Amino acid sequence: MSYVIPKETYSGNVLSLEFGKAPKSVKIGGENTLPFLSFEGSIPNKPVIAYEIQDITPDDWPDTVKAQYAFCSDNPVKWAQHCQNKLKAQAISLRLIGTHPDRGDRSAGDVAKIVKDVLSAVDVPLIILGSNHIEKDASVLVAAAEAASGYNCIIGKAQEGNYKTVVAAALAHKHKLIAMSELDINLAKQLNILITQMGFDKERLLTDPMCSALGYGLEYTYSVMERIRLAAIMQNDVTMQPPIVGDVGMYVWKVKETFASESDVSQWGSIEERGVAWEAVTAIAMLIAGTNLLIMRHPKAVETVRKTIEELV
Amino acid sequence: MIIIGEKISIIAKKVREAMLSRAPEPIQELAESQRRAGAHFIDVNIGPAEDKGDDLMRWMVESIQEKVQAPLCLDTTNPVALEAGLKAHNNQWGRALINSTSNEPERFVMLELAAKYNAQVIGLTLGKGGIPADAEERCEIAAEIMARAAEYGVPLEDIYLDPLVLQIATSQDHAAKVIDAVKMFQEINDPPMKTVVGLSNISNGCPKAIRPILNKYYFILLMNVGLTAAIADPREMAEAMQERQLVEDVMAGKEIDDVKKMMEIKKTLDVIMNKTLYAHSYLEM
Repeated sequence: MSYVIPKETYSGNVLSLEFGKAPKSVKIGGENTLPFLSFEGSIPNKPVIAYEIQDITPDDWPDTVKAQYAFCSDNPVKWAQHCQNKLKAQAISLRLIGTHPDRGDRSAGDVAKIVKDVLSAVDVPLIILGSNHIEKDASVLVAAAEAASGYNCIIGKAQEGNYKTVVAAALAHKHKLIAMSELDINLAKQLNILITQMGFDKERLLTDPMCSALGYGLEYTYSVMERIRLAAIMQNDVTMQPPIVGDVGMYVWKVKETFASESDVSQWGSIEERGVAWEAVTAIAMLIAGTNLLIMRHPKAVETVRKTIEELV
Repeated sequence: MIIIGEKISIIAKKVREAMLSRAPEPIQELAESQRRAGAHFIDVNIGPAEDKGDDLMRWMVESIQEKVQAPLCLDTTNPVALEAGLKAHNNQWGRALINSTSNEPERFVMLELAAKYNAQVIGLTLGKGGIPADAEERCEIAAEIMARAAEYGVPLEDIYLDPLVLQIATSQDHAAKVIDAVKMFQEINDPPMKTVVGLSNISNGCPKAIRPILNKYYFILLMNVGLTAAIADPREMAEAMQERQLVEDVMAGKEIDDVKKMMEIKKTLDVIMNKTLYAHSYLEM
């Protein structure tokens, strides 16, 4: 007797979402099965990796990542072009960290110019992120959304404390939107409900349940993402069906395993390999939990994860 | 069904102020209104009461029983305060209920006091390992509490097992596990063990408007599996009794005339049974 693989049937699906402008626009989501279980359903779009760039030269990244962009990180336009042309990025994520009150406190006016400059220099889709400062992001993301009007970007992150303003900006300028909550699945659902109650279409939404690095709470992120996917796919919970974002780089490249020097911890081996592995392993765990869009920093880690995606799909 | 009125608690600002200033009226009014609404016991929660807890508990018991002819559920972690309350308690209206012993060593003394004063006692199925993971773990802890009660000379019929209701907003999967535990507790002894829950904790942290809805329907589900007693708001529980038939009808798949009510019941039961993910706005979806 031949062996028949037992199959689950699911009632729900992940919503698909397209961002950027043709011909370089990118599609994510759309699967009606759990992550990579393609024998039980269809997975029309592979997970996508966006390269993170910043509006100011990053001074808090470990040298091993800084060195990758040393010749372009003083200028977001050059940096974006490098990611697109040399690293063949599918998407770019511009983090406006320089707007944070403790990191330069750039004005919304400055932001508009940077966003416009980057958008006219590259044609891959752009994700525009604030500095994760609830009050400041409200004004920064409004300016960014307006400057990027017509480019079908993803903007974020809308949080409980600023979502009304950020949602209104995304609505007005027809962008996609990341809704972020802090490792609480019930609050993630609640925020999605509140945002759609403002008239924002759930097909334009992404969920960020908050990332964390391997060894620093990854299992919490994993569990929340996994439960979001189970609710979407198995319970057909429409509020939990937007694609998931994993903002990996910013959580990974601040843990000591990625920057402790080889002279301090010789038993940990090569500092660069270690950092790349930390980012790649964290990202792959997110993928297996259900992430559709990753935001990452080190080209070698991106390459490793990209290959893994090719092998798994 | 035995209702233990929950309103006299140190957590409520009005009650706390009355306790501190030894003003009996607000406390007596709460006791009387709960009694009128159908409470069989009045819970007296004075918290840890580290400073002169014995004076406070004695004063609370005397003040309440001066106005209300009902037994009290004495709720404190301080054994000295508890003993003062048990001494002052008037057993003419029924025996006192101690809230509570558990599987934590510092709570074993509650069993000693139950035996000494011929009181009943709540056995909270909480051990050194923290929150029990499921119904089975709750049963294991219950068995240990029962064995210890026998050592201290407390008869099993004087024990109310409490499976520990958790907040649905943060521990949704436990709502159904507690229902299972109430079922299983009854099976671990013949005659069946008595059961009690701190009901309103299910909706702790939820928006004010949906709290009574969750409390009522959760109560009905627990009643259906044989719950003996609930520490709850007696007015809400009286409403629940009136709505019980509606809930039964919805569960049986019948259509009821009030569509809004029907959806409210369906959505709430789905959330309690972990079939849909809880969110504060779940009724609006």
